[in-house]
Amino acid sequence: MNFLHITKAFLFDKGRRKSSPFLKKRGWGRFECQTKWHTINMLPAILNPPQFPFFKGGSFFFTFATPSDKAGLKEIWGSLLRSLPVVSALIAGVLLLSQANAANSVELRGTGDMGVIIERATGSVQIIEHSTQTSLGKITELGDLSHASVVFSRDERYAYIFGRDGGLSKIDILENKTVKRVLQSGNSIGGAISQDGKWVAVSNYEPGGVKIFSAETLELVADIPAIGANGQASKVIGLVDAPRHRFVFALYDADEIWIADIRDPKNPVLKKFTNIGHQPYDALISPDGRYYIAGLFGEDGMALLDLWHPEKGIKRILSGYGKGEQKLPVFKMPHLEGWAIAGNRAFVPAVGRHSVLVIDTRNWQQVDEIPTHSQPVFVMAQPDNRQVWVNFAFPDNDTVQIIDVEQQAIIKTLTPGKGVLHMEFTPRGEQVWMSIRDMDRIDVLDTESFELIKQLPAEKPSGIFFTSRAHEIGL
Amino acid sequence: MYSRSTVISYLLGLLISLIALQTLSEPLLSRQAELEYMLRHDCGSCHGMTLKGGLGPALTPDALHNKSRAYIHQSIRFGHPGTPMPAWEGLLSLEDIDYLVELLMTQAKPS
Repeated sequence: MNFLHITKAFLFDKGRRKSSPFLKKRGWGRFECQTKWHTINMLPAILNPPQFPFFKGGSFFFTFATPSDKAGLKEIWGSLLRSLPVVSALIAGVLLLSQANAANSVELRGTGDMGVIIERATGSVQIIEHSTQTSLGKITELGDLSHASVVFSRDERYAYIFGRDGGLSKIDILENKTVKRVLQSGNSIGGAISQDGKWVAVSNYEPGGVKIFSAETLELVADIPAIGANGQASKVIGLVDAPRHRFVFALYDADEIWIADIRDPKNPVLKKFTNIGHQPYDALISPDGRYYIAGLFGEDGMALLDLWHPEKGIKRILSGYGKGEQKLPVFKMPHLEGWAIAGNRAFVPAVGRHSVLVIDTRNWQQVDEIPTHSQPVFVMAQPDNRQVWVNFAFPDNDTVQIIDVEQQAIIKTLTPGKGVLHMEFTPRGEQVWMSIRDMDRIDVLDTESFELIKQLPAEKPSGIFFTSRAHEIGL
Repeated sequence: MYSRSTVISYLLGLLISLIALQTLSEPLLSRQAELEYMLRHDCGSCHGMTLKGGLGPALTPDALHNKSRAYIHQSIRFGHPGTPMPAWEGLLSLEDIDYLVELLMTQAKPS
């Protein structure tokens, strides 16, 4: 049974429209009522004079009067009798329309062209559709989302949001609501979802370690404290999923990389690699899930682990790429999730140097160094691997540069505005979305012409995550 | 012997120059707003937007209560070699740094 539900009522007092909480006001008065179609409560008053309803902005308006004394009541009854045909027509119409609306509210849709945008300062996320470049909704009260990251369930319906405050939220992007939220630690940095989509792992700074949760219920299934061989509790960084039911992560304060085999998620089996290099600050996994590479802050170079052959141990690559040179200050740590592997060339940000390093992935030797505008933060390959997009650390974060992979040279420099924090490509790469924090804006660009397609408002946007990540190893 | 009016005008002049000096050693209001924004969002990229810590240590009242202003000033100005904390002196003036120290210390006071 549907009911007509009055959502807003206006009292006409001497011809002036005043907002009035409906039914609180007694006595005579002309009211204008606004109702929502999908709920029909009752006709709480009698139409006087009978007036045909009109529609505006999905709402339905009509006017009526409420009786306050016997004379008024009599008049109303009379009016009711006169208006009976209109009232019944009205009720029938409303019922019909509400049914149509009920059908609308369960309209089927896929999620493959959807995504979420983190609004870091307000603890909210926008849900967007990239086919139409529109915002579909917003979910709030997700805690401290500075430096938040997101993974998707493999059905691309749920997003898991890892907040800085240790909050882990599961949101339903179809229904635009939070399904569950747990505060799982004091301070966390990122997360991953397992190969089979059943487990969500979160890497924590304080207290350091990895916790594994059921993707379905967010119930804790395992807790892996990160105590290094040096006995020190460590911050955990660079957590990714890897094939064969593994999570891989690095210990910033202990110079270690750990593999957790979660075939039995309650009892993860750990394999630890020590002395991998000083201060691993972030890591990536190659798109095929074979190579795990941790960037080192404390020294030049990277630590490479072949996950097909972990028994071979850590291989140090790019050692001493900046030898003999004074390091430039790094005002924002590079992010390695977006390290680009295009063909057999990997493009990685140098640390303390304003350049992007190019590595041959067949032998892991550096083959080129491309000078850039400033300290690179994200170095991201387009899905077609033809171009690599680079953004920069504070205070040069108003600029984006595009590297042509074939030429291994910068072919375009853009200045979208201050605070370019993140970029995300549509699944096949015809568009790039950029969050421009200080301008409270998202820019959508054509990746071929570099023309601006659309701008969307967003409050202090940071990470942009499209659902196509659900089917990428390591994302 | 100075006349009373001479003394008064002397003191007045001193007062005005003190006020001027005070104003000069503080960044302009627009710069102050920039610095507050920077502290929250850019320092915040390591220390957390709410300064509760991240890759960098927390800069909350509890975390700073036993640190001197001079120490914090030096930390910002010269950074901490061997850690990701860079030297900010190329980007920030000494007055800017003083203002940031002030922001960090005053948030430490119970409000």
